[in-house]
Amino acid sequence: MSETAAAARIERPAIFEERRDQIRRIGEGDFSMACNRDSLAGAVSQRACVFCGSRVVLYPIADALHLVHGPIGCAAYTWDIRGSLSSGPELHRLSFSTDLQELDVVFGGEKKLAKALDELIARHHPKAAFVYSTCIVGIIGDDLEAVCKAAGERNGIPVIPVQSEGFKGNKREGYLAACKAMRRLVGTGDVSDVSPLSVNIMGDFNLAGETWIIRRYMERMGVQVVAGITGDGRVDDIRRAHGAGLNLVQCSGSTQDLARMLRDDFGTPFIRVSWIGIEDVAESLYAIAEHFEARHPKLAAGMVERTAKLVREELAALMPQLAAIRRDLTGKRAAVYVGGSFKAFSLVKAFRHLGMEVAVVGSQTGTEEDYKELAAICSPGTIVVDDANPLELSAFIREKDVDVFVGGVKERPIAFKLGVGFCDHNHERKIALEGFEGMLNFAKEIHASVMSPVWRFVPRREAGLNRKDAEV
Amino acid sequence: MSDATVIDSESGYKGQSHVATTNACKLCTPLGATLAFKGVEGAIPYLHGSQGCATYMRRYIISHFREPMDIASSALGEKNAIYGGGPNLKKGLLNAMRKYGAGVVGVATTCLMETIGDDVARLLAEFREEFGDLPLADVVHVSTPSYSGTHMDGFHGAVKALADQLCVEKAAPTGRVNVMPGFVSPADIRHLKEICREFGLTPTVLPDYSETLDGPALLDYENIPSGGTRVADIRAMSGSVASLELGRAIGRQATAGTSLESRFGVPLHRLGLPIGLRETDSLFEALKDISGRPVPRELALERGRYIDALVDGHKYVSGLRAVVYGEEDLIIGMTSFLAEIGVKPVLVATGARNRDVAGHIRAACGDILREEPIVREGVDFFDIVEEAGTLSPDLLVGHSKGQRAAREWGVPLLRCGFPIHDRFGGPRLLHVGYRGAQNLFDRLVNLVLEKKQTDSDIGYGYL
Ligand code: SF4
Ligand code: SF4
Repeated sequence: MSETAAAARIERPAIFEERRDQIRRIGEGDFSMACNRDSLAGAVSQRACVFCGSRVVLYPIADALHLVHGPIGCAAYTWDIRGSLSSGPELHRLSFSTDLQELDVVFGGEKKLAKALDELIARHHPKAAFVYSTCIVGIIGDDLEAVCKAAGERNGIPVIPVQSEGFKGNKREGYLAACKAMRRLVGTGDVSDVSPLSVNIMGDFNLAGETWIIRRYMERMGVQVVAGITGDGRVDDIRRAHGAGLNLVQCSGSTQDLARMLRDDFGTPFIRVSWIGIEDVAESLYAIAEHFEARHPKLAAGMVERTAKLVREELAALMPQLAAIRRDLTGKRAAVYVGGSFKAFSLVKAFRHLGMEVAVVGSQTGTEEDYKELAAICSPGTIVVDDANPLELSAFIREKDVDVFVGGVKERPIAFKLGVGFCDHNHERKIALEGFEGMLNFAKEIHASVMSPVWRFVPRREAGLNRKDAEV
Repeated sequence: MSDATVIDSESGYKGQSHVATTNACKLCTPLGATLAFKGVEGAIPYLHGSQGCATYMRRYIISHFREPMDIASSALGEKNAIYGGGPNLKKGLLNAMRKYGAGVVGVATTCLMETIGDDVARLLAEFREEFGDLPLADVVHVSTPSYSGTHMDGFHGAVKALADQLCVEKAAPTGRVNVMPGFVSPADIRHLKEICREFGLTPTVLPDYSETLDGPALLDYENIPSGGTRVADIRAMSGSVASLELGRAIGRQATAGTSLESRFGVPLHRLGLPIGLRETDSLFEALKDISGRPVPRELALERGRYIDALVDGHKYVSGLRAVVYGEEDLIIGMTSFLAEIGVKPVLVATGARNRDVAGHIRAACGDILREEPIVREGVDFFDIVEEAGTLSPDLLVGHSKGQRAAREWGVPLLRCGFPIHDRFGGPRLLHVGYRGAQNLFDRLVNLVLEKKQTDSDIGYGYL
């Protein structure tokens, strides 16, 4: 293809008219963003459904039964897909479904659901059961609440309905449904042995053991962890979650609703944290220490100092290794497209430590406010996008000629098809990317992808397009 | 020709023994339809329903193929669920045509729409009327409720819909041969095309996702990947000299093949998936008939080499006990392959129902099997593991989802079919033809040897 033809194709309008105000270039006029909209019919959205949102949040609760009430697909596609680790039971890694058949759809699925619950509870002895409703349950009108209540009484464990009919909104509504479900458990456990210097780790899912990294930091600071919500989650821990002195909320959407409920119902304060990058992790740790020292000056005495020591030690180990990696990566460009916008913030900052610039950044479920904040920390020309589709993502990758794309498994083939490096920063990752050690893993991941010689052979480099400084 | 006489479809049939499904051994119907639609040139698969299903299926399919898999969706919300999804469908179709430049939109329905009962055929007719002044793409529609059937029903249903709705007139004779291979890998499709060409035949393979789901690195992202069966070729399928439909378990169901036969008199050869020696022989017999040529030397050589390899390697695998699971057609083919090499299939299982797998196995390899395997249909992995637990298997044969059991039992898993989520190169796995059998046999022997070597204290250097 001639260069002009290639250039013309890059210029092609990849943006649906209806989505114009969900895409912004920083430095072009006022920054405002339309978001939290329904996805556009006929576009290939990267978004999932309400059910998916609920499933993501509750999934890591390892000693609960997770029963998907609906036809088989919704359960089959979520079988053991996430890297959420458990230090004990692993019931969450099985996929349970009522696998509704035609007759159930006609006559209702309540009986089948009740039987399935009895059968599975007897077989697996879970500490609680979550029953997810899927789209058609919302249509056939099964009374989930009643079936669950009766099953709970029969079996002597909490059986909790999750109102997650897929079509009733997007992932966010799913988060809320999950929080409401968990809220039913909180407050039912004994908290007499919980220290005032204690936290719940919320919005972290223990992917590749990340919650454990944070737990170790808490230990070194002298903070008790009551519950991982839901990383390495346990029903009994969640029952006691109201005993914690502070809630640490990561991820803009997933567990904030629960944190609000606990603040309103039990007076537990919460702070927003991020466990990704360097500044964000350090700031989060300091914020915790400062909070406790202010609240409990005697009990928490020395915590800020302990935290400072922790951060110092970790950075002393991390920085020299990062410096070596940075030498190779300086000047390279990244695109970031992730589920929650909090992660996008942290990643933009994390890339700076690698000497890299983020040229495209977006998320599936950010709020207008999120995007404004995001715009404030990005350089002029950066593209900011809400709920993107493959067409747009690929056009942006081409336009900005990025070296690596950070996203989830659905974005991977777009990046790879165009000959761009990739880092999986989603729920399927098998490498811990949180905390200081996670930052090092992240740097190594990016380095391994960006520095691979294979990019020399991909068409866009072979054709010598775009990049003046390409090594080819 | 060799369509197996259907033997008592109830024998050997024992369904799932539990109410709840645990770790399903099947996928939902529309997933199969989207894969079939993906094999048509310029087509975009489209799900009429809520957004989540499309995203889940894409994720699932991408994890296997490691290729873009765009599925458009009506993205229905709460209002549409009450008032019907017509407006969203029409808007969605227009968008898919306008923005993606789709030449064909393959519409499948999710459970939500099936339950609400949108009359998609009528909506599509309305769509054509309303926008008749625009140059509209072809729209092919298949109904795919997941509460009856599996992804294989969706797959075959979509293939039939393509033939029914795109091939509507008797075409002039083309001399071509139609090949409906069923749900095989891109490598399989490429090999089947090669085999046909060796016989001097030009195949129209439906569907053909050998390039759309296993394409080259590109300079520019393609909205719709190159490759796929050309629509013009689908329209001309009525002018082919014969149709080959691969898969015994399709049974007496109406298919693309039966439809082309009954409407246009294209003779149908219904064969098993050509996995292993004798099922491949049957395919070659059919191709000899159709082409009037002998088996080409290159292919005959492959057969000879394969038999030579069987002799060299037979002792490594002789008498091993295998559990085979997955899609109905694949497990029949794999069982036949295993029987031929002296492996003993002890349990053959699928999530599909009423497919007479036992009867088809008897027809394919009953004369070799010294003992019939236990056959279970409509089961999940809970059942499979429970049943297999008493059979002391040495080997599992199937897709990635058996990994858990294989690990627990410490036995190797010969990965085949879909999905391969825990290994590399799933789309390039070759199952069909003598070459496919050779690959399977080599891989199997090496799995056995690897286990032997790792398990032994001595670590033999020669095996
Ligand atoms: S609702 Fe139906 S179509 Fe959608 S994922 Fe579930 S089973 Fe599949
Ligand atoms: S049926 Fe509904 S709940 Fe299930 S995957 Fe589809 S959108 Fe989500």
